Amino acid sequence: MFNAGVYDVIVIGAGHAGCEAALAAARMGCCTLLATISLDNIALMPCNPAVGGPAKGHLVREIDALGGEMGINTDKCRIQIRMLNTGKGPAVHALRAQADKKAYQARMKSVLENQAKLEVKQMMVEKILIQDGKVTGIQSETGAVYETKAVVLASGTYLQGRVIVGDTFYTGGPNGQRAALRLSESLREAGISLVRFKTGTPARIDKNSVDFSKMTLQPGDEEPVNFSFLSPLEKKPQLSCWLTYTNEHTHDVIRRNLHRSPLFTGQIQGTGPRYCPSIEDKVVRFPEKTSHQVFVEPEGWDTSEMYVQGMSTSLPEDVQVAFLRTIPGLEEVKVMRPGYAIEYDCVVPTQLKLSLESKGVAGLFTAGQANGTSGYEEAAAQGLMAGINASLLVQNREPLILSRSEAYIGVLIDDLVTKGTNEPYRMMTSRAEYRLLLRQDNADLRLTQKGYEIGLVSQERYEKFSAKREIIVREITRLKNTVIGPTKEVLEKLSSLGTAGIRSGLSLAELLRRPDVTYQLLSVYFPDFPEISPEAAEQVEIDIKYEGYIMKQIQQVERFNKMEQKKIPSALDYGKIQGLSKEAQQKLSSVRPASLGQAARISGVSPADISILLVYLEQYSHRRETT
Amino acid sequence: MTDTISGISTPLGEGGIGIVRISGEDALKVAERITQLKANISFSSILSHTIHYGFIAEPKTGEKIDEILMLYMKGPRSFTGEDVVELHCHGGLIPVRSIYELTIQYGARPAEPGEFTKRAFLNGRIDLAQAEAVIDLIRAKTEAGSRAALTQLQGMLSTKIKGMRHALLEMIAFAEAAIDFPEEDIEEITTAQIAERVGVILTQINNLVSTAHSGKIMREGLYTVIAGKPNVGKSSLLNALLRESRAIVTDIPGTTRDVIEEFINIKGIPLRLVDTAGVRETKDVVERIGVEKTQEILEKADLILMVLDASLPLSKEDRTLLTALKDRPAVVIINKTDLPIVLNEKEVTDIVPTKKIMRLSVVEKEGLQELEDYLVSLVYEGKVTGGEGAIITNARHLYALQKAEGSLSDVLQTVGDQMPVDCVVVDLRAAWEALGEITGDTVGEDIIDQIFATFCIGK
Repeated sequence: MFNAGVYDVIVIGAGHAGCEAALAAARMGCCTLLATISLDNIALMPCNPAVGGPAKGHLVREIDALGGEMGINTDKCRIQIRMLNTGKGPAVHALRAQADKKAYQARMKSVLENQAKLEVKQMMVEKILIQDGKVTGIQSETGAVYETKAVVLASGTYLQGRVIVGDTFYTGGPNGQRAALRLSESLREAGISLVRFKTGTPARIDKNSVDFSKMTLQPGDEEPVNFSFLSPLEKKPQLSCWLTYTNEHTHDVIRRNLHRSPLFTGQIQGTGPRYCPSIEDKVVRFPEKTSHQVFVEPEGWDTSEMYVQGMSTSLPEDVQVAFLRTIPGLEEVKVMRPGYAIEYDCVVPTQLKLSLESKGVAGLFTAGQANGTSGYEEAAAQGLMAGINASLLVQNREPLILSRSEAYIGVLIDDLVTKGTNEPYRMMTSRAEYRLLLRQDNADLRLTQKGYEIGLVSQERYEKFSAKREIIVREITRLKNTVIGPTKEVLEKLSSLGTAGIRSGLSLAELLRRPDVTYQLLSVYFPDFPEISPEAAEQVEIDIKYEGYIMKQIQQVERFNKMEQKKIPSALDYGKIQGLSKEAQQKLSSVRPASLGQAARISGVSPADISILLVYLEQYSHRRETT
Repeated sequence: MTDTISGISTPLGEGGIGIVRISGEDALKVAERITQLKANISFSSILSHTIHYGFIAEPKTGEKIDEILMLYMKGPRSFTGEDVVELHCHGGLIPVRSIYELTIQYGARPAEPGEFTKRAFLNGRIDLAQAEAVIDLIRAKTEAGSRAALTQLQGMLSTKIKGMRHALLEMIAFAEAAIDFPEEDIEEITTAQIAERVGVILTQINNLVSTAHSGKIMREGLYTVIAGKPNVGKSSLLNALLRESRAIVTDIPGTTRDVIEEFINIKGIPLRLVDTAGVRETKDVVERIGVEKTQEILEKADLILMVLDASLPLSKEDRTLLTALKDRPAVVIINKTDLPIVLNEKEVTDIVPTKKIMRLSVVEKEGLQELEDYLVSLVYEGKVTGGEGAIITNARHLYALQKAEGSLSDVLQTVGDQMPVDCVVVDLRAAWEALGEITGDTVGEDIIDQIFATFCIGK
């Protein structure tokens, strides 16, 4: 055994969760080690090199607002950027970028390497060392032991990873990497339950073998925006994506070969995600659909590899080539890497606290796909929170828990640890109850203060943010207090603005609420408009236009918070509470909710159980006060 | 927990007085909205622990509901430790119910089972030793409530609510799928289409709410006709049921009608029993009022209790009445089973093969319990209904329906204001959740499951 060093925090895995965890810990002042199976695969995007989209884009903005890296890294390395859902309301605007896969990795690696207090090492971790229910270190396959107070496990799809292409299968991680074969055992020994999930990716094809003339161009936005609140607005050259469709011939090829699919032969045991079905799954489940969309997307500036979105598959390689060649534009296609499915172990997330720390092993945090999620953004969000909370633990500070009413990150983690998941979990805007409050445009207003308080947000970012916040408040007040009357001059302005006239006095804020009036228009026609940034102007406009709906959601949040604020002591013995149903007793004992609100979200816990719990808790606190 | 709750504190249908209790910050305000005190005492001058005479009136129409005595107890010197107002009215289902419903309409929320006691406990008005009792109370009442909910689940209301929820869920799923998967080629729903469909659901809810408002079933009961030729024991059956139920709510003598009506309450189901005896001064009811008139009465009935005499063979009159039952909800009762049985049951089933036949003896009090149980089961299983929305007997249901109604009206407003779909969904979800409170379905993965079941989604 080789005593290789002592650290405050050790992060296992350098994917999207691991990178955020390690950076957060080091930036919060912890002496941090990032252990990875391969230094050449840091921040790898083994599936589509795309970041963002509905809810996922929200997560990236939140990561950025708290001082994480994903937003900045994507802005630096993007090859295309689009704002989706622009017609569906501000709460669901969704930024989506295509990244240069290699550039993304290279830049992230360089950020890690240059981060003070952070060491990055290549190793295969075999064991998590635990004493008296507390993490004490890790051990690598070469016998090196690293001591630590906190471990963040961000093992992605590498735990007992198994790759399946048709009838061929082998143990391994994505892209021909080694799998972590011993760590699962170490976790089980620590009393942690694991489940087996599955995910997959489509083939990569050679750009030079594609006939783009048969496809529809999908260009990026002409006025690009950024994920990070810090990135400068700049127009950079972009690459286009392409759209084509499957047809009945494609589906015929698939149907004829279904018997060779590992999903049907039973080779695949793990549970796959519903939102990311393989093409064979789609053909079987929706037989009435005669065609499916296929997006052909570039993977970077310096590669001819292209991603075939919508065609994820684990059918044998010859079938993949055959069905791809039925698709317009892909008749002559050359496959550079076949699509595959991968099975892996992950932690049952209901074993975690809201801080992402294991309930059973103090100091052990888990994050990302290792917790049963899917997606780079979901992983990065958990990695960031695990890194933050591991650091706070080491520093003897209270954990940072984001509520469902504060952030998508809060929704994500609460869903995972309260309800668990029986398929790889993907974030969606429909999972958030208070969507109108949790917009991607106001992530900084929601979270940067918190990031600053825990020491992750830099002084520079904080000052920039404070100034913006002040400008917004001042401008909203001004618009509410500026009243215009029905004078000839005003009426002329309104008419050239293209909106109806007024009969009596009206504030500019009320005028802005009209569907046909924008802040920008007002600033052209009315005097004394201050010079404010487009981002601040956007906040002013949304705050005023949607005030009624925002208020409605704030009231919902107030009701919600009453239950969230009723804390449950972690040592509570549910078996002793008379009147609770058996099912509720079991579920509550296993999840150990932190608040009554969280308890109420556990399936199998009824409103009556919650009432009983409430009474019991009052009794409990009363007893403590009197003794 | 500062919201104001209201509940009926006396057992329904029994006793000389009924008490509606309001507790919480706005207790006095809620009372003020629906109460007019005699001598024009103003509410602001009312002292704690005083009693006042007045009456309850519907604020919009001014319609007087009942005379009352109002007690005001300012917190913390009250049972719950909060401001409490008690409205003491005449006993019986109608005034108590009506007053209770008014308190809900005018600012209070229906109290959960055991909630007054719970508040008393939480505010330190009950000592710790009594806590266990509170727990038992909550558990017992909730279970009774959920049993009732279960039986109602199979009923008409729940079918309707489920239908509306499904329609809402479908809209939400369409809107959410388009929001969460903008790059998929899935069918989108426009806000105008949402408004159109919401309009339809809103009409259904309005209908349910308005029948509940008039308290159709609560005030009028299930219109139950006891039919049969003279001397088969109709009156004695009526009296037996009245005695059995021991819960006479009110009686409206048939002064303006040709029939005698009595209210009875069997296990919470109010029946308006109509005995054709009232018109049977002459010997033959069929002759007296004619086949047509009989037909008319039977057509109006929500339920018919057709009484036959076991000691006599089936007569022409019996046959006429049995034939008139046709597809009406009816139970055939063979009375006087204590006497030697002459009636051939086969002849009855030949005419009405699908009707339930029950034998009983009113004189011997045999079979009455079975009859009552069967009547109750008919209602709970939705086989008998008092017309549209008759099962809205529950103020909690009404409250939930009104919440849904409000949210859906907001949807229409939002669409009218040309707001985007994410704002529309806020109220669609609120309506869907409110209706879910009636059927006891919880929120959660449903929307997401619906999205994946409906659309082919995936990259």
